[in-house]
Amino acid sequence: MTRGSVLVAMSGGVDSSVAAALLVEQGWDVVGVTMRLWGGESDTGCCSVADVEDARRVAQQLGIDHVVFNFTDDFHARVVDPYVADHAAGRTPNPCVECNRHLKFDRLLGRAERLGIDAVATGHHARVVEVGGGFRVGRGADRAKDQSYVVHVLGQDALARVLFPVGDRTKADVRAMAAALGLRTATKPDSQDVCFITSGGGREAFLGSRIPFTPAAVVDTAGRTVGRVDAVELVTVGQRRGITGGGGERRYVVAVDPVAAVVTVGSAADLLSGDVRVRDLGWAGPPVRGPVLVQCSAHGPARPATLDGETVRWAQPQRRVAPGQSVVIYDAGDELVLGGGIAS
Amino acid sequence: MPAYLDYAASTPMRPEAIEAMAPYLRERFANSSGAHAAARQAGQAVDEARDVVAAALGCRPGDVIFTGTGTEADNHAILGAVRHHGGVAVCSAVEHHAVLHPVEHVGGRVVGVDPTGQVDLDALVTALSDDVTAVSVMLANNEVGTIQPFAEVAAVVRAHAPRAVLHTDAVQAFAWLDVASDAAAADCISVSAHKFGGPKGVGALVVRGDVTLEPLILGGGQERDRRSGTHNVAGIVAMAAAMQATVSERADVVARVTRQRDRLVEGLQAALAGVHETVPRSKKVAGSAHVCIEGVESEALLFLLDRAGVCASAASACASGAMEPSHVLVAMSVPKEQAAGALRLSLGFATTDADVDEALDVIPAAVRQLRR
Repeated sequence: MTRGSVLVAMSGGVDSSVAAALLVEQGWDVVGVTMRLWGGESDTGCCSVADVEDARRVAQQLGIDHVVFNFTDDFHARVVDPYVADHAAGRTPNPCVECNRHLKFDRLLGRAERLGIDAVATGHHARVVEVGGGFRVGRGADRAKDQSYVVHVLGQDALARVLFPVGDRTKADVRAMAAALGLRTATKPDSQDVCFITSGGGREAFLGSRIPFTPAAVVDTAGRTVGRVDAVELVTVGQRRGITGGGGERRYVVAVDPVAAVVTVGSAADLLSGDVRVRDLGWAGPPVRGPVLVQCSAHGPARPATLDGETVRWAQPQRRVAPGQSVVIYDAGDELVLGGGIAS
Repeated sequence: MPAYLDYAASTPMRPEAIEAMAPYLRERFANSSGAHAAARQAGQAVDEARDVVAAALGCRPGDVIFTGTGTEADNHAILGAVRHHGGVAVCSAVEHHAVLHPVEHVGGRVVGVDPTGQVDLDALVTALSDDVTAVSVMLANNEVGTIQPFAEVAAVVRAHAPRAVLHTDAVQAFAWLDVASDAAAADCISVSAHKFGGPKGVGALVVRGDVTLEPLILGGGQERDRRSGTHNVAGIVAMAAAMQATVSERADVVARVTRQRDRLVEGLQAALAGVHETVPRSKKVAGSAHVCIEGVESEALLFLLDRAGVCASAASACASGAMEPSHVLVAMSVPKEQAAGALRLSLGFATTDADVDEALDVIPAAVRQLRR
């Protein structure tokens, strides 16, 4: 008697390998699936032949079936193309969030449902927490590896059918379990950065082959021109390096206007802001008004704030958030995701 | 026992082939090129196999080059011709990647096909010229089963590219067609043993006497310096045995499999709406049942069929194992939405009526589940 059937997304990394192993141990009927998402060059992502081979070999070792699903069309349409368009519009997108939203927890979940499979699991360090008739994404037990930020988009329907088997373990535990099972992925390095951007060419080469770059004036907060950049599309709010106009004081990008081709720089104090506007704001349950914690980058801290409609008002001024970044709202205890949206 | 309907990918081995090769995996292990009695015994087996292959493919024994795979044979023909003669390679757009990729690799020309997958002869004429040194058009297609009008292709090639080496990939054809006759006009012919009851890892390339190709593999000078490397004696012997059995049973197998295939396709169409046969049966080999099923994704359908014990396929898989959009269906102008539901069922000499029953039981149920 099994607990049900589950499709576990196996990237070829250690977390998803152990996720699969745990599900087998728990008595699920497990099928491993590697999603082929990106057909182009890659050196870190989950789509290289070597990574698929790692996933397949781990599945063989665990005695489960392994299949590859080709979702490259959707990945291009829903992750890569919007990523490029966002940069062209001067925003700094978070493609991993969009991949989770559209690929792992929409396309794959839908595929599983049609295949008659009860659940989908991934190796994310996050938890699904039941709260009075509903579910919330919870932070992973290993706070340093917590990935609740990138899976904050899961709705109630998805959360009812999603499992994060390694979410209540530390990364060290995960690696130890992989080693104890003799899995070939036990010592594989963690994946870094965006899977479709190579470390060789970086974001610049990737975007440069897809959109024209616009040279821009760099001005200070008083409107004086202090330098130039070759590509306004590569400039991010909060950025310090690579901006001309040196001098004693550190300068940060405080605004990017790709239409006017102007990058505004200022002091650390100029970078601070009392609020951040959020678009596409969604809630896991009823909208929350009281004090919350808000996190605006994958590994940054969550800061105290209150919600005023679609505006996050910080308790203390914070560095400006680059438009396009996910803004994720946690409960005051910093455990559960309450909602989130995108900085505008 | 799963219902195995993936003969175009590989066939089970014929008992004759297993029996024929067994001694060469055991006591008759010697290197066929050696200078002692055991070696001569192995060499004789290769020579006799060569006679069988030559008879089955309609060439002289000296024209047969044993290769490691059908892919090697295809590569040898294309690259060998272009490297020896210079010039340009041409092939049809529905060739197997073993032909298509070498042609693209040397900057060749790819000729379109009609909606049934047959090469567009007018377009072929346009692609041909005096500088074309290799032309490759398959006898039968691996995905959709289309048989090419090879005699017409040959006439066009001789008239418009007089220098060209004319190659045909007969890997999928041999089980079904009299290749000796149908490919009589070809200079080079590729076959692969595991598509007709032989083992994997052995194939042959026919290179008729007056044609010269640059060898791909240099070394000990086997196969008259045309393909070095120790003979896969057991594989070669088994391939010959499988060929002999295929030729002698071909008419019966074609008749039986045609009935099974027709029952399979008609059964699917009777059970389900929106099942489109990709190529008319009159234009394809007996073992091929290729359909596009509305409202399903191939990948999902194959998953369910696999779980229910039906072995089938869709298009070719890439290096990662993911299903790739079929270049064959694209070339045939099959609309993308229709191609998304492609299903290749391929039958062969050991297909049973029970396999067909099983498929007719499992496939409609799987399609209904996916359409819900």
